[in-house]
Amino acid sequence: MSEKKKPTTELRESATFDRSTMAEIRRAADTGIYDIRGWGAKRKLPHFDDLLFLGASMSRYPLEGYREKCNTSVTLGTRFAKKPIVIDTPVTIAGMSFGALSANAKEALGRGASAVGTSTTTGDGGMTPEERGQSSKLVYQYLPSRYGMNPDDLRKADAIEVVLGQGAKPGGGGMLLGQKITDRVAKMRTLPMGVDQRSACRHPDWTGPDDLAIKILELREITDWQVPIYIKVGATRTYYDVKLAVKAGADVIVVDGMQGGTAATQEVFIEHVGIPTMAAIPQAVQALQEMGMHRKVQLIVSGGIRNGADVAKCMALGADAVAIGTAALIALGCNDPKYDAEFKAIGSAAGFYDDYHEGRDPAGISTQDPELSKRLDPVEGGRLLANYIRVLTLEAQTLARACGKNDLRNLEPEDLVALTVESAAMARVPLAGTSWIPGQQTY
Amino acid sequence: MSNTSTVRAEKGTMKTIDLASETVTDLNHALHEQANEMTIEEWEVLNPKGHHNLAVGVDQKLKIDIHGHAGYYCAGMNKEAEITIHGNVGQGVAENMMSGKVHVKGDASSAAAATAHGGLLVIEGNAGSRCGISMKGANIVVKGSVGHMSCFMGQAGALVVCGDAGDALGDSLYETHIYVKGSVKSLGADCIEKEMRQEHLDELTSLLDQAGFDDDPKAFTRYGSARQLYNFKVDNAGAY
Ligand SMILES: Cc1cc2nc3c(=O)[nH]c(=O)nc-3n(C[C@H](O)[C@H](O)[C@H](O)COP(=O)(O)O)c2cc1C
Repeated sequence: MSEKKKPTTELRESATFDRSTMAEIRRAADTGIYDIRGWGAKRKLPHFDDLLFLGASMSRYPLEGYREKCNTSVTLGTRFAKKPIVIDTPVTIAGMSFGALSANAKEALGRGASAVGTSTTTGDGGMTPEERGQSSKLVYQYLPSRYGMNPDDLRKADAIEVVLGQGAKPGGGGMLLGQKITDRVAKMRTLPMGVDQRSACRHPDWTGPDDLAIKILELREITDWQVPIYIKVGATRTYYDVKLAVKAGADVIVVDGMQGGTAATQEVFIEHVGIPTMAAIPQAVQALQEMGMHRKVQLIVSGGIRNGADVAKCMALGADAVAIGTAALIALGCNDPKYDAEFKAIGSAAGFYDDYHEGRDPAGISTQDPELSKRLDPVEGGRLLANYIRVLTLEAQTLARACGKNDLRNLEPEDLVALTVESAAMARVPLAGTSWIPGQQTY
Repeated sequence: MSNTSTVRAEKGTMKTIDLASETVTDLNHALHEQANEMTIEEWEVLNPKGHHNLAVGVDQKLKIDIHGHAGYYCAGMNKEAEITIHGNVGQGVAENMMSGKVHVKGDASSAAAATAHGGLLVIEGNAGSRCGISMKGANIVVKGSVGHMSCFMGQAGALVVCGDAGDALGDSLYETHIYVKGSVKSLGADCIEKEMRQEHLDELTSLLDQAGFDDDPKAFTRYGSARQLYNFKVDNAGAY
């Protein structure tokens, strides 16, 4: 008879000091500097997966999936601009800088967006000819750094986006570390080659919303009131920020939630500042509605949008369009498993790579290395992105038709329920199967 | 806007725009129209009364005289034009200027020539805080003094101050050259006093000359970047 094994305690990992927390403590102790990385928040947050649509049945009737029209086009900038932008799908490409991304990646984004009739956006670092040339609708960012800013490019833009902040780092400026400041990037930004570039976090020539109103008028005067002017904010005090943005004269407001991607930011910033995208939308919509400006000043939402369900949910909560960053890069090949061995060779793995700032991306996207950049064919990249946006659009349409809507913008909060108490409170829709919206009086 | 066609007809003459009867948009539109057909090179603006955004986005070799005080962003993004303000200006005069010349006869408020890429800004009076913030290649010559945080994050170009400079001059400076004749209240992070070599004396002499000031270049001190914060280093943590 074998001896009975004595019961012992199981190895138990601390929830507080889990392995990644301990690894970070050791890394910090070793280097003495905070961790910088790209991508967006990686922690689990209340998100659109916590919402569900109520498809039509007895009390509502649906539209035929393949036959009945469901409009997806949206006009942006109807408030003041002489030439508003008409996009065929509400999925736009968010601002990502040349510098952070290779010229080929920027061109691929332009090609993909143009193929499906939507807009793409410049970033910190100015407008490249590749990007302007391949983008039928290009939004030009007006950032605190003003790298490469000039009136000629401003007049070439189809819209201007005044960037106050990003969801990944509300209150922080951009970073582009020395290894990505190549000759071309350095020239476009008027910086010495190889410096660790710290973009300003505040605009240099205005401080509060009253000044911003004058700044917006200046941009309108320079461009003869032709193009829409957007204001982009990272989601924090969204209700107030949106009210102030409307007052400052925005045509379009872009709200970027904390899941939003970045090219390089301190990890502590990415994970601990801002509010989830889902929580920001109802705040923004409430602000617009109270000012009688919902649908007059258009709302674009970004931060963690991955599929057509996310798009439809944003629109049901009251957004006019969405913007994608990370998902667009994944469509181009970011983190593709085919490069797994190479990701491993630089201490990462396909699906985990977030060190965009190091400029060694095997997929050739977040790099300035000419050899790596060549791996991304802009024409093929454009095709992949266009396909992906088509799928997002079809999926969103499918959900809208199921809810009986002949326009994506007819989706409404009433079409949604929440799976968790948190998401019910944040999205301000009832917990599934109840009429309970936490924090709100129901009658 | 309405009278731009008549503007064209008056080839060769000086055009006067009176802001008592026309709008800022009329003014800017008329100035931009000159891009298509250079007809009138000399412009006079009356009754500016502190209006914002006067003569912004001009991109032709026009000569524009603004008779009175201007508000924010006067001559913003100027390219090629020579714009003189016979009065004081508000925040952000000649912001993001590309080329040409902007001359302020009075004082300028904060953020003068912010992010300007090229051209020359001359201020006969004093300039407020953050003069030349994030400047990217323009030259600025101030006869009087400049306020705190001047040349903050200055990337390229030169700032010449014939008077004194306030606190934190040249904070987080990149490659802008700073020349100050008077006192400097304090230097910002990574900004240091530097040797004045012949090339700097030549640059300074030329800038004073272009501005029309007769200060002695030898009486100035040069400041520039110590370039210690160009790359992240643990030891620098205290300086950020
Ligand atoms: C590589 C990269 C570079 C970015 N660069 C900029 C930028 O220059 N300006 C800006 O406003 N936002 C920038 N962003 C943020 C995006 O515009 C957008 O807000 C964000 O990516 C949306 O979230 P998502 O990535 O989850 O779709 C960048 C994002 C990424 C991933």
